[in-house]
Amino acid sequence: MSKKNFALPRFIASVAAPILAMAGGPWGGKPQDDAQDGDKPGDGSGTGPRNPWTQPPGGGRGGERPADRPSLFDDLLRRSRERFGGGRGPGGAEPGSPEVRSLWPIALAVILVLWVIMTCFHRIGPQERGVVLQLGKYSRTLSPGIGFTLPAPFETVDSVDVEEIRTIDVGSVGDGAENLVLTGDQNIIDLAYSVRWNIRDAELYMFQLADPDSTIREVAESAMRSVVATVSLPEALGAGRTDIEQRVEQRMQEILDGYRSGVRVQGVAIKQADPPEAVNDAFKEVSAAQQAAQTYMNEARAYAQQLAARAQGEAAAFDKVYEQYRLSPEVTRRRMYYETMEAVLADTDKTVVEPRGVVPYLPLPEVKRRSAGAEAQSPAVGANAQGGQ
Amino acid sequence: MQALFRNPVVAALTALAVVILIGSTIAIVPETRQAVIVRFGEPVRIINPYHANERFGSTGAGVAVRIPFAEQIVWIDKRIQSVEMERQQVLSTDQLRLQVDAFARYRITNPLRMYISAGTEERVADALRPILGSALRNELGKRTFVALLSPERGQVMNNIEAGLNRVARQYGAEVIDVRIKRADLPDGTPLQSAFQRMRTARQQEALTIRAQGEKQAQIIRADADAGAANIYAASFGKDPSFYDFYRAMQAYRRTFNAQSGGQTNIILSPDNEFLREFQGR
Repeated sequence: MSKKNFALPRFIASVAAPILAMAGGPWGGKPQDDAQDGDKPGDGSGTGPRNPWTQPPGGGRGGERPADRPSLFDDLLRRSRERFGGGRGPGGAEPGSPEVRSLWPIALAVILVLWVIMTCFHRIGPQERGVVLQLGKYSRTLSPGIGFTLPAPFETVDSVDVEEIRTIDVGSVGDGAENLVLTGDQNIIDLAYSVRWNIRDAELYMFQLADPDSTIREVAESAMRSVVATVSLPEALGAGRTDIEQRVEQRMQEILDGYRSGVRVQGVAIKQADPPEAVNDAFKEVSAAQQAAQTYMNEARAYAQQLAARAQGEAAAFDKVYEQYRLSPEVTRRRMYYETMEAVLADTDKTVVEPRGVVPYLPLPEVKRRSAGAEAQSPAVGANAQGGQ
Repeated sequence: MQALFRNPVVAALTALAVVILIGSTIAIVPETRQAVIVRFGEPVRIINPYHANERFGSTGAGVAVRIPFAEQIVWIDKRIQSVEMERQQVLSTDQLRLQVDAFARYRITNPLRMYISAGTEERVADALRPILGSALRNELGKRTFVALLSPERGQVMNNIEAGLNRVARQYGAEVIDVRIKRADLPDGTPLQSAFQRMRTARQQEALTIRAQGEKQAQIIRADADAGAANIYAASFGKDPSFYDFYRAMQAYRRTFNAQSGGQTNIILSPDNEFLREFQGR
């Protein structure tokens, strides 16, 4: 390896060393600080593998490493000064120390470089925002793309997905548990709905609410119940649903804005608004009654149609005949009479009783039987049958 | 001196001491927390206190320095927190029961007062919870059942909030809002009687609908009958005597028709109109 190849990592190491030494402060500090600061490197965005690598310089220093650290640093500093002709590090350099030729300085330098690269560059996805904390203080928000920050202990990045639509379901469709809600007319309905929301403002979302998710759920429930409490049962069951959804959405947004929560409510969807199980049969009865009422009316309308058609038909027939009849009343009348009588008498048993004044006894069953047996005309006497006209 | 540092044990101990010193001197105050610095039990200063409408980034968050070992840090949450009231049964003025879940949101705006009066955040929540419950019961107890459901509820909430805020201020907290999460009828008789009322209301509706349907059907039929009568009258009224004859002919055809089943015997008198020519005159 040439000298030049060694120069860069060593230089970085010499610069990074004091940084590392300062970084050691919170980690090696008192337990109360550990709890707070220990998770900082892990909060970074998407740099999963960083943790294992950073472990040695962070955790291990308290143990065996400090023994050779001063000499190591001295060595690095001295050599870097030889190359660059300047004192880069803080004081404490010792010109007289022997050179330590081992792999440790190289390994340390590599780790440091990786550490810096991993914690300075942050890939923020297109749907994300990176909230940069400068020693715990909010500094700025990174937009999608590659973001640069100071290395880890000084600046950390928490990336938040702001585009993802999150859904909260309240109540459930199908299973036995009912989410009963009182309506304005003191009736009860079983309601299931879902709320879609996303993060509008990453830093507000992170810093304002102690528990954003459960807050949103509670606000949703509160808003829904207060809105449903103003509508009547029929509205809640059907017609007013869209209106309710809009009002709940609006109300939720108002409340959440009041908290400065950085949350945008995208929509509220009522998935189910049914009468409770206990009274469902009564509601079905109503719809059955509606069906029955429709049935009655349909039948009546059919009858009406039939009747009207028949009346029109008969009237039209009469009119047509009457028109002809008017042209020659006498002939038409006789023609119709004969035709009708012909048709009637052709198919029937006929008995003509000749002698007048005889009022005979007519055994009707006998007439029936005989007429069934033969076509023969009986000589039996009969009552007068008066013809038309 | 240099020889001393060369000794690994001494060097390690020195490094450890430095690390501990730094750790107990420098603390990082995040945006979400307020810190009360307590020197020997006495609060001396507050870092990153809450101010309304402050912008993140220009708050007091960041690195804080304290005198090691002498000063302790008490962390207090800066964010909005919530205290939930367990279900309470509230009796309205018209003696109806309602089960109410409520929650209040608050923020500790005066960390010093909170530290002095409550000590920890849990104690603040513990102090607020029963007060929320009693304020709710008192306020709702003055209303009728219907009013609890009505938009008037907003006024009720404001009263409760005001009452709760008086107490919260003693603990350095500020109540942001109080909301009723649920207001339900209690299980058992009240719920069942409400169901029964709904059921009877539906049955009444069902019967009404049915009756209305029957009524409508009757009206439709009557209208049809009237319409038909009108048509017949308009047509037949032109010549009643011809109608009489015409209709009689139709009736004869239908009534004496062999095809319609049943035997017909007609006994004719020779005087019959039909047989007039029969007698050969």
